[in-house]
Amino acid sequence: MWRHFFCKTLNIKVINSLSCFHCGDSCNNTIRIDQKYFCCNGCQQVYLLLNENNLCQYYNIHQNPGIKAKGRFTKNQYDYLNTEEIINKLVLFKSNDQVNIKFHLPQIHCSSCIFLLEHLHQIHEGIVSSQIHFQKKEIFIIYNPKEIKLSEVVELLAFVGYEPIITLHEIEQKHSTNYNKIRLYKIGIAGFCFANIMMLSFPEYFSSGNIETTALQKTFSWIIFGLSIPVLFYCASEFFISAFNGLKQKILNIDTPIALAILVTFLRSYYEIISGFGAGFLDSGSGIVFFMLIGRWFQNKTYDAFSFDRNYSSYFPLGVSVISNDEEKSIPITQLKKGYKILIRNEELIPTDSILLSSTANIDYSFVTGENELVHQQSGALIYAGGKNSGTAITLETIHEVSQSYFTQLWNNDAFKMNKNKDQSFIHPWSKYFTIVLFSIAALSTMYWYIVDTNKMWNALTAILIVACPCSLLLSATFTYGNMLRYFGRHKFFLKNSSVIESLAKAKTIVFDKTGTLTNSNNIHIKYQGQNLNNDLRIAIKLLCSQSSHPLSKIITKSIQLKISSNFSLTSFKEINGLGIEGMINEDYVRIGSSEFLNLDTNHKKQTTTTVYIEVNDKYIGEFVFETNYRLGVKNLIKSLQKSKYKLHMLSGDNNAEENRLSQLFNFHSNLNFNQSPQDKLNYIQQLQQNSSVIMLGDGLNDAGALKQSDVGIAVTENTNRFSPACDALLAGDKLYLLHQFIKYAKSGKTIITASFILSILYNIIGLSFAVQSLLSPMIAAILMPLSSISIVLFVGLLTNIYAQKILNTNY
Amino acid sequence: MSVMIILIIVSILVALGFLLAFLWNVKSGQYDDDYTPSIRVLFEDESKSLSSTNNNQNKS
Repeated sequence: MWRHFFCKTLNIKVINSLSCFHCGDSCNNTIRIDQKYFCCNGCQQVYLLLNENNLCQYYNIHQNPGIKAKGRFTKNQYDYLNTEEIINKLVLFKSNDQVNIKFHLPQIHCSSCIFLLEHLHQIHEGIVSSQIHFQKKEIFIIYNPKEIKLSEVVELLAFVGYEPIITLHEIEQKHSTNYNKIRLYKIGIAGFCFANIMMLSFPEYFSSGNIETTALQKTFSWIIFGLSIPVLFYCASEFFISAFNGLKQKILNIDTPIALAILVTFLRSYYEIISGFGAGFLDSGSGIVFFMLIGRWFQNKTYDAFSFDRNYSSYFPLGVSVISNDEEKSIPITQLKKGYKILIRNEELIPTDSILLSSTANIDYSFVTGENELVHQQSGALIYAGGKNSGTAITLETIHEVSQSYFTQLWNNDAFKMNKNKDQSFIHPWSKYFTIVLFSIAALSTMYWYIVDTNKMWNALTAILIVACPCSLLLSATFTYGNMLRYFGRHKFFLKNSSVIESLAKAKTIVFDKTGTLTNSNNIHIKYQGQNLNNDLRIAIKLLCSQSSHPLSKIITKSIQLKISSNFSLTSFKEINGLGIEGMINEDYVRIGSSEFLNLDTNHKKQTTTTVYIEVNDKYIGEFVFETNYRLGVKNLIKSLQKSKYKLHMLSGDNNAEENRLSQLFNFHSNLNFNQSPQDKLNYIQQLQQNSSVIMLGDGLNDAGALKQSDVGIAVTENTNRFSPACDALLAGDKLYLLHQFIKYAKSGKTIITASFILSILYNIIGLSFAVQSLLSPMIAAILMPLSSISIVLFVGLLTNIYAQKILNTNY
Repeated sequence: MSVMIILIIVSILVALGFLLAFLWNVKSGQYDDDYTPSIRVLFEDESKSLSSTNNNQNKS
């Protein structure tokens, strides 16, 4: 949770432009009040509103907390909310003076939001009170319908930047809150009964079993009996139900020994009380139940704290081009909001549900449905998240923010499962035998004590059944990998799921792609050679290249500084992956691409550089020559990988112009292959896999097949929107140099799991040795069991943290 | 000694009262959100801002 309040990371940028006081976006110095600058009228208006109502503490709690006001909503947009029918559907309670309503506000992200939204009553008197539930991102508003209308409430929320999501069919998450409440009820009742039973057992303890007045003794016994009934039947019910369900499926799960222990204690005690032999062990029995329930509750809290982060701060390193004021800017998809105009090029992924603004589009939904057929859409149609644009670039207007969990789900979907990571965790067979071994130990020691000293028998039996904890077997893998995924994510390495970590650790061979992986696409120098290009031709080239998301096309597009006027139209655009693009612009047939694509004879020219050739109407015009810029840190990465005996290979679709430089880079020690087609790359990987498991790094464009075939396919992204679902991980280009450290960290995962395994076995052995000797009271056992599972979780968390600091944060 | 019985019954009844209060609390949703109140506490005094709002309203 605390991460939310460090959500604006310490980005120390050189501020060339001013930043808006409200939302932090960059702005020029036209709009200002006193010494505060604003990026737009919207932000200024919100600031004025808050200032008027003395709510400027909003800005003190958190830096630039504001959400950029859309400002574009028309006054009548929410009028539909004033119809009686709709109001009845949405509100929780309605009377003449008061209406209660709940809204979902996904924009809530920090403490300033809580402050502002809970002080709405200061802005408008009609709002009586408002309360935030931060974790659920909900606001509960009570307002007076005589002073403010529902549409005005929503307008106010939208104005300050928190436009509510209004759905007419509520999918309430009542399920989880009820479950939590029931758990609290059980704990309350168990605690009450346990404490009172203990108190009433004192006479028993202090008089060492001889209470003078038998009437009193009988009364105590029966009151204790009565108090224990709700404990057995209500509070302990979840153990019995779970054990019973497991037995129905012929599985012995963890709850079975516990249920057995509770049953044994209670039944034995009831027998003793009813027959008058003794006072029974109900204090111990109810204590067991109480402590186990508390332990479980505490466990859940710890688990929640660990899993919360993955959903809310998952880093999905894709970017998207947003058009605002005719300018194109690339932003990460996490910053995408509703109503943004986005530009999606050929082969790029549509990040969220949007409306098509261009006249037509062809969408490939294979990521979502598995079907490769293109769906043809007209302007105004709804395009769903996950579709891929096929053809000319299109503009869309977003309807939602991006749901990263949706993407992760699609990614893990069956449509793309290749059952790559089939090896079962080595943990599974153990848990089956665990309970059987436990029962046999319990049976043996019960028989032993029955013969030797029957008094100790019951203690030994219940303590054995309770103290044994298979938790580490079940928990360590999940928690270790879950934590590691988070740490990877923080370093911009986003893995599909935990099995990828195991594969990363196992691999011995690494294959690199050249363009876009080893080379940097930023700051590349580009030179033109050939016939003189007039402006028309330049614009035509720019228009064609702007449709494609290939790094070389993007560089060409950026290098031509002319604006595309509207009398240029593009038809029949086609992009052939890895080779080139072609299309009709006005009357000219333009083709841009590699020399094979254009069937040019370049044998007489020595291939020394990466070149892109241009052909207009079947006549060669000229070529763009690219200087190759290798990423920072690649040389050191290769050196350290080779030192650790990894076999390195390089596959490139490009010509061998860079062979000398690359050989130097790879220390003359590795296999370099050029002019590889996508099929060549796939075959190469297949061959390598006969000897060891392979990690492949590519840009996902023309090596999608190879990425899918390899044991771990990593797509190296550069804020692009090209996402190949065949890959197993996404790595931001500027973190490529950390690859060896990532692999080392993945290897440490197995160490951590083994360590926690050993710890848990040690715990079990020590606990059981005391229990078998009947030295362990069942109540202490009940406290120790949840304590042990919590300590395993903390231990695993600590270790993953330590290894992350040691391995991932060291400077190379 | 028989007064013991009465004392025990009374004490159990009092404890029962507390238990019922706890169950009522849980039912009314007091423990649903255990995070936001911790932030709410850190906001400045309501009374201070209320009085300044009053001043503002008087002036305008």
